[in-house]
Amino acid sequence: MSKKWWWGIPLWILALAFLAPFAWMISTALKPDVDAYKIPMQWIPNPFQWDNFTTVLTGATSVLPAFGRSIFVAVLRVAGELITATMAGYAFARMSFKGRDKLFLLYLATAIIPAQLLLVPRFIYFQKLGLYDTLWALILPGMFTVLGTFLMRQFFISQPAEFAEAARMDGANEWRVFTRIYLPLATPVMSALGILAFVWSWNDYETPLVLISNPDRYTLPLSLTNFVDEQGQIAPGLTMAASVISIVPVLIVFVVLQRRFIAAMTHTGIK
Amino acid sequence: MATAAVATASAVRTEKAPGIKPRGWIGFLFIAPNLLGVIAFTLIPLISVVVLAFTDWNLVSGLGGITFNGIDNFVAIARDPGFWHAIGLTLVYVVVSVPLTVVLGLALGIALNRPLPGRAVLRAIFFLPYIVNVVAIGMTWLMLMNPKAGLVNQVLDAFGIRPGWFASSHWALPALIVMAIWGGVGYCSLIYLSALQDAPRQLYEAADIDGASAWAKFRVITWPSLLPTTIFLLVTLIIGASQGFGLIALITAGGPGDSTTTISYYMYQTGFQFYRFGYASAIGLVTFVGVLVLTLLTWRAQRGRALNE
Repeated sequence: MSKKWWWGIPLWILALAFLAPFAWMISTALKPDVDAYKIPMQWIPNPFQWDNFTTVLTGATSVLPAFGRSIFVAVLRVAGELITATMAGYAFARMSFKGRDKLFLLYLATAIIPAQLLLVPRFIYFQKLGLYDTLWALILPGMFTVLGTFLMRQFFISQPAEFAEAARMDGANEWRVFTRIYLPLATPVMSALGILAFVWSWNDYETPLVLISNPDRYTLPLSLTNFVDEQGQIAPGLTMAASVISIVPVLIVFVVLQRRFIAAMTHTGIK
Repeated sequence: MATAAVATASAVRTEKAPGIKPRGWIGFLFIAPNLLGVIAFTLIPLISVVVLAFTDWNLVSGLGGITFNGIDNFVAIARDPGFWHAIGLTLVYVVVSVPLTVVLGLALGIALNRPLPGRAVLRAIFFLPYIVNVVAIGMTWLMLMNPKAGLVNQVLDAFGIRPGWFASSHWALPALIVMAIWGGVGYCSLIYLSALQDAPRQLYEAADIDGASAWAKFRVITWPSLLPTTIFLLVTLIIGASQGFGLIALITAGGPGDSTTTISYYMYQTGFQFYRFGYASAIGLVTFVGVLVLTLLTWRAQRGRALNE
């Protein structure tokens, strides 16, 4: 191990270059706007100030309400997706009913449809249903996903069917077999799916861009654009402070659940 | 969403769930909540987008103003210079950014596969751009690439170059490509890393005994074993690069001029700025079919390679 330590040097230099935008973000969030474009770049803010964060959190255009809305949307989407996907995935894998495999093929076929293609009809429907420009336009489609159902089916199909047979012999009904035997086994997969669903929901910008127009209903990514004026001039300090705040929840999930997080991301290829 | 399904589809189809005693409608009850939602929010919109593609309809004319116009939209697309310009830009964007991201990701994955101090931290650092929302990233890079005083040009000044980035119609697309690579490399390296850990160890030992060079080992053992991963990444990144419009809507709005109006942004513009729903649906459909054909071709190429080896 120690013999090859020098391998790390170019990698660490590259890593610092990759981190530079984040360092710039934090540095700019902590300094007055006049210093944002200083030449040469001033990495350590001088004077060092928290004003940008104070303004972004408590000022007239506070991002806190948007933060709350993003949490609300994410919680409902994650809960809804976990419940519906786990039940459906389980039934596709471990229960038998007429037309099951045909239905599953239909699921497969719709899963390759990019979300962007569905934005026009969703825009129209949500207007007709009175859901346009409400958070439900973001929440509802996220609660019923084909992808989550896939992930759960793939997991349940790897679990032995004998458990269910034995329990049924003992007279357990289907709901009991599912909740008492298979569901406890599924916790790791469910947490992976939960992480994915949270990150999609938290970072989603395209859907609210199309389906939300009232600034009072902006989710966090949209609200980061609050600090750009009519001429397109960005207020560097405020924008960066808000950006830092927007990253924190994902970062916490990432740091705390790093292994599971990476497994979830790499096993599905989903952003 | 699309790509995972593509990746798992072939595996899923072959292994059927083993037959279990039929339980009639109970299984259907388990699926119902998800199924109803999928019908309402995915299936019906999907059918609608196909129908809409054969209509002339805009927001102003209202629901009553919807008229079927046969294949007019598709004829119009074929003659639309804006469409072909967008397709051309998208091809440039995809052809430059995707292979670079994959190659750099591969190099990084191999480097990170060796034991070295702080490996877990390095992995996390390279992955970080991938999990951050596009607005925070876009705003940061927009300022980093400020032509006059941005950090990027401060560094490039040392080499005597001073690109105009998002202010220049020549440099705006390259700027987006730089961002795409920065954002995607860590993800690719992680995928490669998990594939490398499954690489056939005995083959390397055999090759060592035969005195094979590092390059020979890479070419004969590593690269073939990574081929399915590479195909997966190519498909994922191609779909991602051709469908996303968020960053462009945020930073350039397709400009300066139409220098960053990629096909996904062109569709967004047609649908949500000009509210030409029929035409936008047709553009979306054509693009989707195009990407699908590309994906299938990539797949067949992989199948061909696998059979030859």
